[in-house]
Amino acid sequence: MATDQTAQTGAARSTPRRGAAAVALGQVPLRTLVSRAVYVALLIGFTILFVYPFVWLISASLKPGAEVFSRDIIPDPIVFENYPRLFELVPRFPQWAYNSVVVSLLAASTVTVSSALVAFAFAYFRFPGRNVLFGVLLASMMLPGVVTMIPTFLIWDALGFYDTLTPLWAGNLFASPFYVFLLRQFFLGLPRELFEAARVDGASYLRMWWTIAMPLTRPALIVVFVFELKAAWTDLFKPLIFLRDQGLFTLSRGLKAVIDNPAIGGAKEWELLAAAGVITTIPMIIVFFLGQRYFIEGIATTGSKG
Amino acid sequence: MTAQADHLPGKGRWSALQRRELGWALLFLAPWIFGFIVFTAGPMLWSFYLSFTNYDPLVESVDFLGLRNYERVLDDRRVHQSLINTVFVAVLYVPGTIVVGLFLASLLNRVGRAAGFFRTAFYLPNMTPAVAVGALFLLLLNGQQGLINQSLRGVGLPAPFWLEEGPWVKPGIVLMLLWSIGGTVVIYFAALRNVPVEQYEASRLDGATAWQQFLHITIPHISGAIFFTLIINTIYALQLFTEIYAMFFGQQQAQSAAAQSEALFYVVYLFQQAFQNFNMGYASAMAWLLFVVIVAITIIQVRVSRRFVYYEGE
Repeated sequence: MATDQTAQTGAARSTPRRGAAAVALGQVPLRTLVSRAVYVALLIGFTILFVYPFVWLISASLKPGAEVFSRDIIPDPIVFENYPRLFELVPRFPQWAYNSVVVSLLAASTVTVSSALVAFAFAYFRFPGRNVLFGVLLASMMLPGVVTMIPTFLIWDALGFYDTLTPLWAGNLFASPFYVFLLRQFFLGLPRELFEAARVDGASYLRMWWTIAMPLTRPALIVVFVFELKAAWTDLFKPLIFLRDQGLFTLSRGLKAVIDNPAIGGAKEWELLAAAGVITTIPMIIVFFLGQRYFIEGIATTGSKG
Repeated sequence: MTAQADHLPGKGRWSALQRRELGWALLFLAPWIFGFIVFTAGPMLWSFYLSFTNYDPLVESVDFLGLRNYERVLDDRRVHQSLINTVFVAVLYVPGTIVVGLFLASLLNRVGRAAGFFRTAFYLPNMTPAVAVGALFLLLLNGQQGLINQSLRGVGLPAPFWLEEGPWVKPGIVLMLLWSIGGTVVIYFAALRNVPVEQYEASRLDGATAWQQFLHITIPHISGAIFFTLIINTIYALQLFTEIYAMFFGQQQAQSAAAQSEALFYVVYLFQQAFQNFNMGYASAMAWLLFVVIVAITIIQVRVSRRFVYYEGE
C-alpha cells in the first residue's frame, strides 16, 4: 500500500518533468534549472565521498608496498602480486572464504524458513493467547544481545559445539523476532479466501504455507535472506568467542587476524591488508547489486513500519 | 470444576475450529517458542543470576556475591572511561546521522529519477563488512599519509594523528560511523516520498518559504521515521563493538595505550571482561546495567517523542 502511494506520487512528479525536458529549454524557469544543477552537483560530491574509499582500497591493493598512500588512483605500475603474497603469508585465506560462504548461506536459509513458519502462524491462525505471544516476541526484539551472550556461549559450549561453525548459524533455526515481525506484515496482506479454498480441497496447513503463502511472499523472503546473508558475513562477535582453530575462521574473523598478523598489520604491509579487505568486501558488493531492490525496499519498509 | 467451566458462556469465545487451530499454531510456532525459552528467556535469567556471582568458567567453585559486582562496576575506573567514550560518540553520532541523513535525503528528493543512482551510491558503504570498515579506516585515518590527512593538508588544515592522539581518536571514529549513514538516508528518503505534494503546493500559494515548508510540513510528516532512526541508532551507538575492536584491540601491538583507552567502549570492555579475563559474573552485571540504561533511554525517547511524532492515521 505504501509502495503504491510512492509509485503514484513519483509518477505524478516525474511526468511534468519529462514533459518539460521534451519542450524547449526556454520554457523551464532558469531558476529551477540552476537549483537542480546545484543539487545534482552536491549529490555528485557526496557520492564521491561515499564511493571513493572503495576505489581507493582496490587501488591500494594493486600498488607496490611503497606506494600504498600515493595520490594516483590508477596505480602505476599496476601490480597483482599482493594477492598471491597474501595467500602465501596467510595460506588459510581461501578456507576462510569457504567457511564464510557456508556459514552465511546456512544462516540465511535457516532463518528465512523458520521465521516464515512462525510469521505465518501469527498471521493466519486465530488462537487463544496469540496477541500475548506476539507481544512477547516484539518485546524480545528490544533485548540487547549482550544480556544473553554469556549464557548462550555457555550453552553451546556445554553441548560440545565450542570451536565448531555450528553456533555461528544454528541459532537461526529458531526464527528471529525482527524477521518474524517483517514477514508477518506480508502474510497479513494475503487474502484469507486464498487459504479457505485450499482448506476445502483438504490441503494441510503445512502444505498451504509452503505451496501458497511462501511463493506469494517471495520478495519479502528475499529481503530476509539477503539481510541475514550480510549479517552473518559481517559478524565478528560470534567467530571471536566460539572459534579458536584458525582453520575454522570466517572472512571477517580472518580479516581481523590479518590486521593482527605481525607480518602484515604489525609490519605495516598495508597493501596486503588492502587486498584482504577487498576480498572480504567484494562478495557483499556483488550480493548488493544482485539484490539491490530488496535491500532498499527492506530498509525503507522497516523504517516506515517501525 | 473444569467440567462445569466448560459450560460457562465465557468459554464459548473460542470455537472448536480455533481450538483445533491452536494445535497447528503451536506446531508452527514451535521453533520460536523453543528458541525463546532456550536462547532468550533462559539466558536472561541465567545471566541475571550470574551477575550476583563470581562465576569464572575456568574455576570450579562459584560464590554468591550479592550486589558486590554491581558496586564494583559502578566504582570501576575503566567502566567510567568506557561510559564517557560511549556517550561522547553517541552524542555526536546520533544527532549527526539525523542532520546529515535528512540533508542527503532532501537532496535526493529534489532530483527526480536520478535519485535512484545516488541512493545506491550512498548505501554502498553499508555493505562493507564491519571489520573491513575498520581495516579501511586504519588506512584512511593514517596520521602521516592517510587519504583524510592528505586532503586536510591539501586545503591547509591541520592533520591530526587520528589513531594515536588521544583527543582525535573519537572524532575519527564518528567520521567512520558517519560513512555508513546510507541506511538512515534510505529510510528518510522513503518517508519524504510519502509526504503529500498538495500540501507543499497549498503552502506555496500562502507564501511559505522553503524553510517554513521544511519545518511545518516535511518534519511533521517524517517524524515517525526520524523517531525510528533515533531509537535504532542510539541503541546501536551504545553497543558499538566490531569496527572499534577491529581497529584498536586484539593482538596488535601497534596501537598506543592512549588510543586504546580513548577507544575503550562499553561493550568492548564487557567483551574483555567476559571472554579474555573470564570474569563472567562481573561481565553479566555490566550487561544488565547496559540493559537498564538502554530501556531507560528508550522510555525517555518514547515519552518525549510522543509530543512531536505525528502518525498518518491519527
